[in-house]
Amino acid sequence: MNDWTTIIKPKTSLFHVDFKELWQYRDLYRMFVKRDIVTWYKQTILGPLWFFIQPILTTLMFMIVFGGIAQISTDGLPQPLFYLAGICLWQYFSESLTQTSNTFISNTHVFGKVYFPRLVVPLATVTSNLVRLAIQMSLFLIVYLYYFIFTDAAIQPNLYLLLTPVLILLLAGLALGFGILFSSMTTKYRDLTFLLSFCVQLWMYATPVIYPLSTIKNEKLHFLMSLNPITSIIETFKYATLGVGSYSPYALLYSAIFTVLILCTGILVFNRIQKTFMDTV
Amino acid sequence: MASAIEFENISKQYRLGVVSTGTLSHDLNRFWHTKVLRREDPYLKIGETNDRSHQGKSEYVWALKNIDFKVEQGDVVGIIGKNGAGKSTLLKLLSRVTAPTTGIIRARGRIASLLEVGTGFHPEMTGRENIYMNGAIMGMTRSEITRKLDEIVDFSGCERYLDTPVKRYSSGMIVRLGFAIAAHLEPEILVVDEVLAVGDAEFQKKAIGKMQDVSQGEGRTVLFVSHNMGAVKNLCKRGVLLEQGKVKSTGEIEDVIEEYLSNSIKDSSISFKVSQKEKNKFNSFRILNSNGIETNSFMTGESLFFEIGIQNCLFDNSIGIGLYFYNLNGEKLAGTTSFFGSVNRINKSNESSNCLVKLIIPQINLTAGTYFIELVLAQKNVKRLDHYEKIAQISIVDGLTNIDSHLGYFYINAEWIIQ
Repeated sequence: MNDWTTIIKPKTSLFHVDFKELWQYRDLYRMFVKRDIVTWYKQTILGPLWFFIQPILTTLMFMIVFGGIAQISTDGLPQPLFYLAGICLWQYFSESLTQTSNTFISNTHVFGKVYFPRLVVPLATVTSNLVRLAIQMSLFLIVYLYYFIFTDAAIQPNLYLLLTPVLILLLAGLALGFGILFSSMTTKYRDLTFLLSFCVQLWMYATPVIYPLSTIKNEKLHFLMSLNPITSIIETFKYATLGVGSYSPYALLYSAIFTVLILCTGILVFNRIQKTFMDTV
Repeated sequence: MASAIEFENISKQYRLGVVSTGTLSHDLNRFWHTKVLRREDPYLKIGETNDRSHQGKSEYVWALKNIDFKVEQGDVVGIIGKNGAGKSTLLKLLSRVTAPTTGIIRARGRIASLLEVGTGFHPEMTGRENIYMNGAIMGMTRSEITRKLDEIVDFSGCERYLDTPVKRYSSGMIVRLGFAIAAHLEPEILVVDEVLAVGDAEFQKKAIGKMQDVSQGEGRTVLFVSHNMGAVKNLCKRGVLLEQGKVKSTGEIEDVIEEYLSNSIKDSSISFKVSQKEKNKFNSFRILNSNGIETNSFMTGESLFFEIGIQNCLFDNSIGIGLYFYNLNGEKLAGTTSFFGSVNRINKSNESSNCLVKLIIPQINLTAGTYFIELVLAQKNVKRLDHYEKIAQISIVDGLTNIDSHLGYFYINAEWIIQ
């Protein structure tokens, strides 16, 4: 008889990722997203207000340190607007990345007791962070409208705004890809956790978040910057909403290809690790 | 009938010690051998059987080795064995928490594992939200849970607290809620680890009853691991006895339990290092059950037979033996001496000789747990002639009626009349 429904083997082939099973667990995915959102600011007095307070404080800090003291150019744009655009997107990426990179370690107790496709957890993390991004984007919109209507700042929104969902999707893909790749490696060698938090910090400075790409005059440096897949994403977003920055379809295409590659690698490695990580974590 | 689960040559290897600096070198070595030289994994060959009490030479042990058995559809199988025999590892493999090192497990139908109740409960979420959360983790769909919500709430008896965060629940309530969800999973194969160890007696009965319904009425397959022999005997038809990662025996549950209980001979025999010339020394000690089999596991209410050998002893009225039971905390619980009670002297010789003293305890009323036995040979009001503080350790396992430590150390045979 060959009507076995479950077969448990030591190892499956490297490229066998059970997407059908993942789809069967979509309700679990939904519950994880809900859990993340419900429990974020439980037992805090200000509650969801923290979604706004964090970017506002960061923006203020940037205005003082980078705009005020270091006097880095914002391409002639009002500083709050320029920084907020970068911070919203960057924080989405960095939060998603650090949270997904902890997938195995922070869920050991659940993973050790019951089976479900582990990929559900990082997927849910990236999604629940989208909700936070949406809320922060509304803050950006308020500031944006204020400058657009009440001041004569040189803001030129354009049709590239339509690319925004694609940009966010790319960011989500990059965060997920890097995150699960890291989480797979940290199960055995915990050293990488320390490395990651340091890398994320450095990465922000290698991305045009607090300065426009146009301030980089050195050509070699400019080339290095464009190797960073997030550079073009943030630059395109700033170009679409504010009218400054650079947009190049090739740079964006590079980011897209990079995302797909890292995502595939991440999923394959993650899929491989998830079967036995309980023995090493 | 078709088999529901087949274990084929299942083995699981674990690496002992700390996963740290040595790991990388082993990983590289393994990679070199398997991927570059295309030879066998060098670490798979080594590894010893998993015997916790002996210091092994290898860093690798086989928690399970060549497990081969089948479970028929609709069977309720009890998996028993000592701590470290591989029971939990087997369940872990079956519930896909980790993968086997070699071998293959085939199963028909959805497997739901209950290695713990309330997995994934989030303390900040309400009971209702957690029902959905836990249900989803167990593989239920949202609509399935909604359909059974009333039943689940009813079974758990937590209706009043349904919209209260779970962190305000008592630990018993969390278990009830968790089990209620699990009981309504309706999988074809249910894998249960000792989750029944928690919760009060009333709930345990309810839980066992529910599991019986599941297996008898609905023809599902249940794998059950527990140290509660009473529950295992009550619930299971067949048993699998594991010992040091291998299947020791399979068969009817009564036979397997019997074998398990009489299996611990090694632990109960003690070596006496006394020279032949010494006077008044113990030289043998055996504990037997009512079938005359040497063992150190008994059920509450069983008879205990002791055979104590003493060499070169003039056993007159001034000499007596004391035997005392201690709990794990070292508190003396009970005892008996040959100075009091019914003593039947058969050997009446006036010379020193080797004598065998038999002690019969017709009904051991200790509740489930582990106890130490102290043995003393003394001259009345003069001195101790020989003394063993922990001559043996016996474990009392639960009989059929949930006589465990929440009743205290002793079981009182009592009768209730409710008018």
